[in-house]
Amino acid sequence: MRTGPKQARTGKVILADTDVSRVVDRIAHQILEKTEGARDTVLFGIPTRGVPLARRLAARIHAFEGIDVPVGILDVTLYRDDLRLKAARALGPTDVPPGGVDGRRVILVDDVLFSGRTVRAALDALGDLGRPSSVQLAVLVDRGHRELPIRADYVGKNIPTALSESVRVTLAETDGTDEVKLYGSDS
Amino acid sequence: MIRHLREAGDLDAADATLILDTARELARLTGGREVKKLPTLRGRTVVNLFYEDSTRTRISFEAAAKRLSADVINFSAKGSSVSKGESLKDTALTLQAMGADAVVVRHGASGAPHRLANWVDGSVVNAGDGTHEHPTQALLDAFTMRERLGRLAGLNVTIVGDVLHSRVARSNVVLLNTLGAKVTLVGPPTLIPVDIASALGSGMTVSYDLDAVLPASDVVMMLRVQTERMNASYFPSAREYSRRYGMDGARMRRLPEHAIVMHPGPMNRGMEISPEVADSPRSTIVEQVANGVSVRMAVLYLLLGGK
Repeated sequence: MRTGPKQARTGKVILADTDVSRVVDRIAHQILEKTEGARDTVLFGIPTRGVPLARRLAARIHAFEGIDVPVGILDVTLYRDDLRLKAARALGPTDVPPGGVDGRRVILVDDVLFSGRTVRAALDALGDLGRPSSVQLAVLVDRGHRELPIRADYVGKNIPTALSESVRVTLAETDGTDEVKLYGSDS
Repeated sequence: MIRHLREAGDLDAADATLILDTARELARLTGGREVKKLPTLRGRTVVNLFYEDSTRTRISFEAAAKRLSADVINFSAKGSSVSKGESLKDTALTLQAMGADAVVVRHGASGAPHRLANWVDGSVVNAGDGTHEHPTQALLDAFTMRERLGRLAGLNVTIVGDVLHSRVARSNVVLLNTLGAKVTLVGPPTLIPVDIASALGSGMTVSYDLDAVLPASDVVMMLRVQTERMNASYFPSAREYSRRYGMDGARMRRLPEHAIVMHPGPMNRGMEISPEVADSPRSTIVEQVANGVSVRMAVLYLLLGGK
């Protein structure tokens, strides 16, 4: 995912593919620890790259503890506050696992946490699906520059960035390779 | 994406597919849940400008706009200044002054939405103009076919009845052509325009014999026969029409196993379609109504959602 303005062609590698899987493993462990075995928990990936990340987390949780955590998809397009600022965009799928979200702990999963507006939209979308007992947020990268009072519960890597820089996450499922790169003025 | 939806020809295959895909997601999104309302068009105003009575189309657009949280103003010509002689242009200027973001227009004159689009800044959606077009009906029909049969490209679609006066048929022919389906128009010679094949495109044929085309049809779309046509000597009698072009149980059984029967409604039971067919699992009449809301939501979202 690209955030911020387009800048240089070549970026600085922040996380290589082995780092990405290590980070995913760590978040999976943290989820297990913080949620006491991921009981009554549903993972919701935010398209596009939050979805494969959520699936990977579920797979790792299964590998570590043998627990099956349902994975849903939460498209937030219709809840965005910037719809009028850009051309109409195509909707992604929304999939709610059987059992819904009522009374369960929902963990939203996205690749980059930036302004916080996507997460705000996700919280609104989730509210229309039901009433979770609690909502947590897991992100691969937190690049700062929040415009809303939102923070993540699980962060793969904090990357201090300038607003002029951009962070791009690629994943094997969507882009062929696992990588996090920083693009900016001096790279 | 286009700004207005005045006719099916405004849509290329990519835009039409985007609308159908969006409608599908919207149907899934609002289908099984308690809160059917989405905040997407909050603060936008949609005006339903209806110069002709059409309750079902109007409430379908109204439901679609409301599910996207738009403000809806229903303007019906009856009892308004229109009946006192106000012109379409002056009405348009009024709507413009009120800041309508979209105008859904139904008008007895073919081409009225085209004129309207010149006068208002907002998007214009044609909800049926004269004998010209009814593009959202064609979109919901295409959506229904795709949901039931899994595809549109290569389908044999037979449209039966009063093609001459049918904006539904005209929009369907154009849209289905764009999306790669083959259309056969069937009806009494008096109700099929002579030059329609050359006017509307290559993927289309004309037949006057319904029984001959049934075995190869994936979709049979019955058109409504208007009561006034029954008395206007387009065909000898209602009974004669029903015998030759009505869809009854015997004809339905000659269709391929997977084929569906559609009708834009409201239907004349026992005239163009028998109750046995209308209530059979092959009939998609009720689905079409539900799909109409999803498709109109998709159209409003794509026209109004962005810049």
